[in-house]
Amino acid sequence: MPNNRHWEINSTGKKLALLSLLFLLSALICIPFADLKIYPSEPWRELGRIAWGFVTPWWDDPWLLVQALGQTIAFALLAVVLAVPVGMLLAMLWHWRVVRMLAASVRAVHEIFWGLLFMQLWGLSATTGLLAILIPYSGVFAKVFAEIFTRQSPLPQATLAPASDRFSRYAYTLIPQAFAELSHYVRYRFECALRSSAILGFIGLPTLGFHLETAFKQGQYSEAAALLWVFFILIATIRFWLQPKLLPVYVIAAIWLLPETPPVSGGMLWQFISEDIWPRSLQDGDLSAALSWYARVFTSEAWPALLQTLMLTQLALVLTGAIALMVYPLGSRALAGRYRLPGRGLLLVLRSTPEMMFAFVLLLLFGPSGLPAVVALALHNGGLIGFLAAGHSEKQIQRLDDPSGMNRYLYQQTPRLYPGFLAFLFYRWEVILRESAIMGILGIATLGFFIDSAFEELRYDKAFFLILVTALLNILVDSVSRRLRRVSGAEDAGGLG
Amino acid sequence: MKSITRVLSLLAMFSASLLANAETFVFTAIPDEDESRLQQRFNKVADYLTEQLGVEVKYIPVKSYSAAITAFRNDQVQLAWFGGLSGVQARRIVDGSEAIAQGYEDQFFKSYIIAHKSAGLTPAETLSDALKGKTFTFGSKGSTSGRLMPEFYLREHFNAAPADVFERVGFSGDHSRTIAQVQSGAYQVGAVNYSVWDAEVAAGKIDTNSVQVIWTTPTYPDYQWTIRGDVDARFGEGFKEKVRTTLLNMTDKDLLASFPRQSFVPASNADYAPIEDTAKAIGLID
Repeated sequence: MPNNRHWEINSTGKKLALLSLLFLLSALICIPFADLKIYPSEPWRELGRIAWGFVTPWWDDPWLLVQALGQTIAFALLAVVLAVPVGMLLAMLWHWRVVRMLAASVRAVHEIFWGLLFMQLWGLSATTGLLAILIPYSGVFAKVFAEIFTRQSPLPQATLAPASDRFSRYAYTLIPQAFAELSHYVRYRFECALRSSAILGFIGLPTLGFHLETAFKQGQYSEAAALLWVFFILIATIRFWLQPKLLPVYVIAAIWLLPETPPVSGGMLWQFISEDIWPRSLQDGDLSAALSWYARVFTSEAWPALLQTLMLTQLALVLTGAIALMVYPLGSRALAGRYRLPGRGLLLVLRSTPEMMFAFVLLLLFGPSGLPAVVALALHNGGLIGFLAAGHSEKQIQRLDDPSGMNRYLYQQTPRLYPGFLAFLFYRWEVILRESAIMGILGIATLGFFIDSAFEELRYDKAFFLILVTALLNILVDSVSRRLRRVSGAEDAGGLG
Repeated sequence: MKSITRVLSLLAMFSASLLANAETFVFTAIPDEDESRLQQRFNKVADYLTEQLGVEVKYIPVKSYSAAITAFRNDQVQLAWFGGLSGVQARRIVDGSEAIAQGYEDQFFKSYIIAHKSAGLTPAETLSDALKGKTFTFGSKGSTSGRLMPEFYLREHFNAAPADVFERVGFSGDHSRTIAQVQSGAYQVGAVNYSVWDAEVAAGKIDTNSVQVIWTTPTYPDYQWTIRGDVDARFGEGFKEKVRTTLLNMTDKDLLASFPRQSFVPASNADYAPIEDTAKAIGLID
């Protein structure tokens, strides 16, 4: 496996330790400034109902459930099928700076925000859902494919005719060389797409998230649990039902399943691009008034929200790392042996439960502050990284004289995984930043909170500007993490982002 | 090559569905009260309208106030059951659109301020200064009863924005969530739609020992049916009037329970001027 090589990068260790300490320190510095207050509450009645609902899943309209499940898969599948060729094309043109910038900027916007933007044009339709997943995923594929290609040996290319063009080089050497790795990544990304698809239901697309959010919001926890269980099972069984041979059948079924797209007039599209997303003053040609409008939004909302978001992200990132290190051995054959099944279950639940639900439960426990946000983000992302790390831990070659128990965890597995583990964390950095957007219910004014408010108040000019600020922040974080990765030797993790 | 054909046929299907344009009259409703089974309940309303209006009527569900407004603006729906604020917002961006009917109860709607017992607040005729420094949650950001009117009266009493009055201000996103969060003490105080609260009390879902109503807002106009101005041109002369009459004549208790209202009464854009003024006063619209 080409992946393993990268998990076993022989680093000096010192650099990695230094980098980890740096992150820990940055989180410690954030603590006094971040708002992590705990409020006393009496959560037990509500928590009891949630727990009871979780173990007594109930859904009375199976047809509705089947429909939502079908739509969830349909959106995810078609979006990935379309995003792969686009991402591949971009990856082939990766030497152009403009392509790298484009990929970074489309990646930087959360699926939910893409969805909210496209909803203004196409309503709750197939087009909105597909584009909302397809666009950011193309950017992700482009980046990861390009990274995979750079790791391939250049030797086979030497056998091609000297006049061969770029596309022949990819078609006859690089893609076949990297095929296993590429398809492994696409598979992993499909699981992410199922999550994205489900979560798009929160803004109204007819996927599982649609009913899940409603049931949860209305306190019908048994129904929410039924949907969650279905989703867990869907994710857990991907490797059984996602057979390459069946793909054409799935694609046709998915096209048939998608909801119809209502007609959109070209005039509306043009109005949205040329008027709605720009402030009044700019449309009137009053440049100085427009500048002062942008400056006002920046100082009153974007800047404080940016600090708040960065602080939460930093704390969540470090806690994510800690949780991932704690939970990964539970799901690894090398460490948990045949007792790994419950551990796998835990990792599945952690990574597949939307953060919004963790946040609500923790809100009941701790009261409204940054604390539930940080813990919710860390549980979800820790579960995800733990799952990836467990997978890689299993691929390690074992020897008869390997240590066992704690010694194996502390002195063999974890050190071996650590460079890749850090790389994962860096990838998740930008993801956590995007996800901190969901925390409006906690009364924390992150960037996402203001973007959501702007959409709710129909101020698309403000929403668009704040999304741009978020995207720039994301691009910045992405380039810092790339640099840190390069310096530390946590170069890359087989492209699992 | 095969994948390219697949992509092309997919794109062809999209554009085909883009062009399909049957004359169906579509309506939506903001997701506010008892959101679950909305589809089933409103499909019955759609059947009733189809029967009475003589055109095919369809209901589409939405998840948020802004999604309802967007669908209305984009002509993806021609009729909508809006809240006070969302109706005002929608009519501002769609020329010629009109409020045609409201629920009987909507002529004198109100909000409750509810508090957890740990806040130490008691029911009173006026807002208490003891609210200062508590944690507080609104419902959805675009809600009239869960946000707009409570915020207006809070600003009026304290002469300050909620963020400056309370230690923390959250948006639960939903009336039921507001109740759950205040009942558990996660937030000490919250603002909630009176009819959702009364319904949950009647259903025995609320432990009135831990959470109670401490203040009631003055009444204001809320939910209404708003219709686009161009429906007569599309569905025939007099169509708007026909829709209005059909709504006003809705007497089936089962259908009315979807809203839930006892009946519908006539309404006009002017009825909602107070809502528009309030929204302007607190800076929600320009």
